[in-house]
Amino acid sequence: MSETLALIIGKYNYWLYIILMMIGLYAMIVKNNLIKKLVGMNIFQTAIILFYVSIGYKTHATIPIIKDSGHGDGHGGGHAVIHAADYINPLPHVLMLTAIVVSVATFGVAMALAVRVYQRYQTLEEDEIRMRLTEE
Amino acid sequence: MHWPIDMIVLTFVIFCAIAAITVRDLLATAILFGAYSFMMCLLWAVMGAVDVAFTEASVGAGVSTVFFVAAVFRTSRRTKD
Amino acid sequence: MRLIGFIIVCICGGLLLYGTSEFPDWGDPASPASTHLSNDYIEKAFDQTQVPNLVTAVLADYRGFDTMFETAVVFCAGLACLLLLRDYSRKKERFYRHVPTGVILQVKHPEKKLPVGTEFEYMDKDWVPSDLIIKNVCRILIPFIQIYALYVVAHGDFSPGGGFQGGVIFGSSLILLAISYNLRTLVQRVKEKALGILCALGVLVYVGIGALCMPLGGNFLDYSALTRIIPWDPHHIRAYGMLGVEIGVGIAVMAVMVVIYINIASEGRHDEGL
Repeated sequence: MSETLALIIGKYNYWLYIILMMIGLYAMIVKNNLIKKLVGMNIFQTAIILFYVSIGYKTHATIPIIKDSGHGDGHGGGHAVIHAADYINPLPHVLMLTAIVVSVATFGVAMALAVRVYQRYQTLEEDEIRMRLTEE
Repeated sequence: MHWPIDMIVLTFVIFCAIAAITVRDLLATAILFGAYSFMMCLLWAVMGAVDVAFTEASVGAGVSTVFFVAAVFRTSRRTKD
Repeated sequence: MRLIGFIIVCICGGLLLYGTSEFPDWGDPASPASTHLSNDYIEKAFDQTQVPNLVTAVLADYRGFDTMFETAVVFCAGLACLLLLRDYSRKKERFYRHVPTGVILQVKHPEKKLPVGTEFEYMDKDWVPSDLIIKNVCRILIPFIQIYALYVVAHGDFSPGGGFQGGVIFGSSLILLAISYNLRTLVQRVKEKALGILCALGVLVYVGIGALCMPLGGNFLDYSALTRIIPWDPHHIRAYGMLGVEIGVGIAVMAVMVVIYINIASEGRHDEGL
């Protein structure tokens, strides 16, 4: 029992990310409205991004910007040696930064599709669209 | 990272996510989704991912909310679920 | 459906929660994700590129090829939005306002036009009286937002920021213009053709800088080869190459955001919107 409790306390962040991801998945599966489905997709996406960023986190480390860069005085030879443990891992940040921008671009395309669907069927509810499709 | 900040913001994030998918007005969904993005941005800033937080603040909370509102303006606002 | 969805979610969530027991501890510096490649980036990036912001260094230099295709994806999204929604057919009815008297005229014939000038002006169907405070506040704010966006692009090497963020901020300043005035004001100032050209130009700047390195003796996107044509400080040549690439990204992202907004808000007719 105490082992499980220690596991929960040590990894509560991961648990909450998974809960968030499942909220997104539930919205994608169950919700009837297309825009609600898109919101679910975005929540799912952000949960994954959150997980990636959290992997790169290091305790007792600072943000990934080198402190005394001494730019302006040519090739800065005087700065101290950089230790990897002092800076947070920048690699997940890079991957997720581009993922966010691509996600908003795909969100725009999805919204355009939703507007097209509405122009054609005058509704965004999935069951009503299916009904219109069988009528035709 | 201080765990109380993390815990409080994560609770808000989950609350916003649940509210965004349950509310029956799509415009309210748009605004709640913007709030969700801002909370997410805060979480990343706390984690030290400043670039990601900046991107989320400008992209997720700014532009995608605008796209959302524009799409709701061109489609219907009410929904059954 | 609701029950099936709930069961699927519970099963997936349970499996993932079970999987967390194998994860590295929270904030562990020795976790697999931060042991192999990233340490190399952190320790050597500043010496090799002279860029203090490691995220920008990795984004635009080490993983430049990846970012190039991300920009291409953003460009494709703008193109897809345009192709999905753009509607060249004329609207059936248009509204005009007679400026001196304030009388609203509805023209139903698609061919007939009224001379727009001092006497008549276009009016949106869902017209709301313009708010003096909103208009003037936005008019004052927009130049500052744009300067901030340029600062974010130019200073992306030293502080958080870069082409993606700066481009989005610049694009949202233009969207603010469309929201505070009306869509027609934006479309008049920034032509659709110009936006299309800017979308492509951003990607071309990126690819062009990458390709320029090849005849100069380097690999694709190897900015150190640029020293042969740019007589500036050779230690900072990678930073300059990154800046050029970030400007390309910023242009593409800015134009794509505005294109997507205009097309969604006006259903592709580019006349009236939010």
